[in-house]
Amino acid sequence: MSTTELKIGGFGGQGVILSGIIIGKAATIFDNKSATLTQSFGPEARGSACSAQVLISDDQILYPYVTVPDIMVVMSQEAYTKFEPELDENGLLLIEKDLVKPKKPREKIKQFAIPATRIAEELGRKIVLNIVMVGFFTAMTGIISAKAMREAVKTTVPKGTEELNLKAFDRGYEYGMNLKKKGKAPK
Amino acid sequence: MKVDPKGVLTGSYFLDGDHACCEGALAAGCRFAAGYPITPSTEVVERFAERIPLVGGIFIQMEDELASSIAILGASWAGLKSMTVTSGPGFSLMMEHIGLGAMLETPCVFVNVQRGGPSTGLPTLPGQADMMQARWGSHGDYELISLCPNSPQECFDFMIDAFNLSERYRVPVMFMMDECVGHMTEKVVIPPADQIEVVPRRYTTLPPEEYLPFKPDPDLVPPMVKVGDGYRFHVTGLTHDERGYPVMSAECQETLVHRLIDKIRRNARDIWIYEEDQVDGAEVVVISYGITHRVALRAVQMAREKGLKVGMMRLIVVWPFPEERIRQLADKVKAFVMPEMNYGQVVLELERCVAGKAKVLLAPHGGGTVHKPEQIYERIMEAAK
Amino acid sequence: MNKERLKPEHPMEALLRMDRMPHIWCPTCGIGTAVSCFITALEKIDYPLDKVVVVSGIGCTGRVAGYVKLDSFHTTHGRPIPFATGLKLGNPELKVVVFSGDGDIVAIGGNHFIHAARRNIDITVICVNNFNYAMTGGQVAPTTPLTALATTSPYGCFETPFSIPYLADSCGAVYVARWTALHIRRLTKSMVEALNKPGFSVVEVICPCSTLYARRNKLGTGLDLMKFYHESSVIKHGADTRELDIEFQKPMVVGKFVDRERPTFLESWNAQMKKALGEKFQPYGGSNEHD
Repeated sequence: MSTTELKIGGFGGQGVILSGIIIGKAATIFDNKSATLTQSFGPEARGSACSAQVLISDDQILYPYVTVPDIMVVMSQEAYTKFEPELDENGLLLIEKDLVKPKKPREKIKQFAIPATRIAEELGRKIVLNIVMVGFFTAMTGIISAKAMREAVKTTVPKGTEELNLKAFDRGYEYGMNLKKKGKAPK
Repeated sequence: MKVDPKGVLTGSYFLDGDHACCEGALAAGCRFAAGYPITPSTEVVERFAERIPLVGGIFIQMEDELASSIAILGASWAGLKSMTVTSGPGFSLMMEHIGLGAMLETPCVFVNVQRGGPSTGLPTLPGQADMMQARWGSHGDYELISLCPNSPQECFDFMIDAFNLSERYRVPVMFMMDECVGHMTEKVVIPPADQIEVVPRRYTTLPPEEYLPFKPDPDLVPPMVKVGDGYRFHVTGLTHDERGYPVMSAECQETLVHRLIDKIRRNARDIWIYEEDQVDGAEVVVISYGITHRVALRAVQMAREKGLKVGMMRLIVVWPFPEERIRQLADKVKAFVMPEMNYGQVVLELERCVAGKAKVLLAPHGGGTVHKPEQIYERIMEAAK
Repeated sequence: MNKERLKPEHPMEALLRMDRMPHIWCPTCGIGTAVSCFITALEKIDYPLDKVVVVSGIGCTGRVAGYVKLDSFHTTHGRPIPFATGLKLGNPELKVVVFSGDGDIVAIGGNHFIHAARRNIDITVICVNNFNYAMTGGQVAPTTPLTALATTSPYGCFETPFSIPYLADSCGAVYVARWTALHIRRLTKSMVEALNKPGFSVVEVICPCSTLYARRNKLGTGLDLMKFYHESSVIKHGADTRELDIEFQKPMVVGKFVDRERPTFLESWNAQMKKALGEKFQPYGGSNEHD
């Protein structure tokens, strides 16, 4: 399986699309992989559950859309309710601990949570919760190097906010690596 | 000729097709865009409006697509490379000036980020159902050039080809994207300015007293002049002679319109851009264009895994249609499969050129999303029977 | 027009395409007068004529572009203004003149007219108003006075017509005048002023159409129409443009109504970009920069 299908869900204003752009940019510009980002446009994109979809591959990407996500990052309850059923039965589900109250996961699904909002608030800006999630995603999946991801964060966020956003990334990343060290997460 | 480096944003980016299309235009030297907002094409002009004051040029948001499509003709005659950008409903309004552009032999580029139609259709979802409109949409007889990119990188690369072809042959070029390509974000590499070749406008070398505005060179393309250079020339959308003067006669119509058509048809070999993969010895050849090509390639891989000899031909220039090559292939293969996001448009040309020598199967799709590779795969298997 | 009468020493030969004569206009049509005034005006404006461009749409007046010996474009119906916009922005050195009829400018091209006025595109519009669509045989126009007959208003026009000066004024034109084909010197002077005025200037020329409009409405010959203009034109410079409606065969107000200052589209573009972008802004000098 050379192509990984990722779906990021949340509500408008959480920086869902920006998260997708950072991941795609890290994969393509700084990690020499292929990536294709698609998103919903129009009224449906402005609803309470919006999403970014990213295909990441070592080869050329042909079919441009995510069909069955292998990985899902979810930052709101509505996005969870709407998108979770699409996740592959062996998929990886990463959720925001305080914003999503999940059901019991399906049998083979690996599910992990991070208090990204609280971490972002500790850093002084709740708005960077998406970058905390991106850091968490990087640690938990390992499909893109942390170095590439940090570069992508640095070159994508608004000028003057790089330091804050890199901190947010690092905190999310460390949280994930600690979970892994404790043996709670996939290697 | 090398490009003006001011417009070239050399580097690697993660860009969507609309933004890449704009960068392609700027790199090609486009310094005038007129547009009217319409989903899913608006991002092209949004970026142009943001970038052009930093490059040196003008963007104007006109009152409608009729205005946009003729303002670019004016700007072109003033000596600028120009473009307009739209989607289906706006493309319908622009037909009037695609015809005028063909008649006045005006270099310019029309970008159509195709969405599902007819009418308002699917503003935020893809289609490929304006292909015949790009070919025949304006009234009267004419030939133009249409290109179809399948990725943001190609939106950049082929916009440069689009401008070059429009200058080379003095025709409006249709850049036929679709919503999927326009809104997908991928890596785009913009080369250094000194690696981008552009075709300069063919200006006359004759003095005003000897110059005839519509007297063609041997390749049937007449050299142009720029407004304000003292040639005191006249151009009209009426049927005209070499002086550019209206002549209401069947003879003049024959001379002019025949040349407008032959200008493309006789030069078609130099205009065609297509890619082929494993067509030699293939039983079935899949022909596709735009985003559909990427999906079709997946289907072809699936068929090849089953041991089928499947070739792939991908049209980058769709109009003029590469009929000569199709005729050659028709003698060799058992069947052709053409997937398109419509219910049969370019396939009609394919059928005409194959002329019954091989089977032609359409894999239609109404738009709204791309084909599933399986849909195309099934048609390939059916064709191979 | 009779070929023999066009001697080589015709005073306007330098600016007319003599190889295209005779022209297509009917005897006593006022368009030729408007063209004569325009050519006289061009000789007075002290602007290099190689840089003057005429753009026309479709219709009787649309043929003007074909007869003036300047760079000239005969475009599509209603669209000379956006074509002219592209030309002017493409090369700001040009003096761009749109010469077209009332149907072309304020019916099919009405939307372009109001937006070019709003943006203050630096062009001059000479709009010949003959109260009907003459090229197609005398149909009702958005300028046809109430009760006047036309082939598509056979029982009398019942739609309120546009007043071109009022429309131009309310949309922001910087110069607006109206004359008839009788007022040769005044019309010429207004054309000179309009051509010299930076911004969107409009000159309406009321013209006789004796073949169609006048005949159908039993208004007599071209000479009768000129007499009518003489007797019933009221010169009123600076008149309130709300009071310039033309009623069927009633006295009509002519004159220069608007002459004001507003920054042109390009001046506004340069000012705003400079303000927003500072040193990063690349001032735009037009196509000649790219030679």
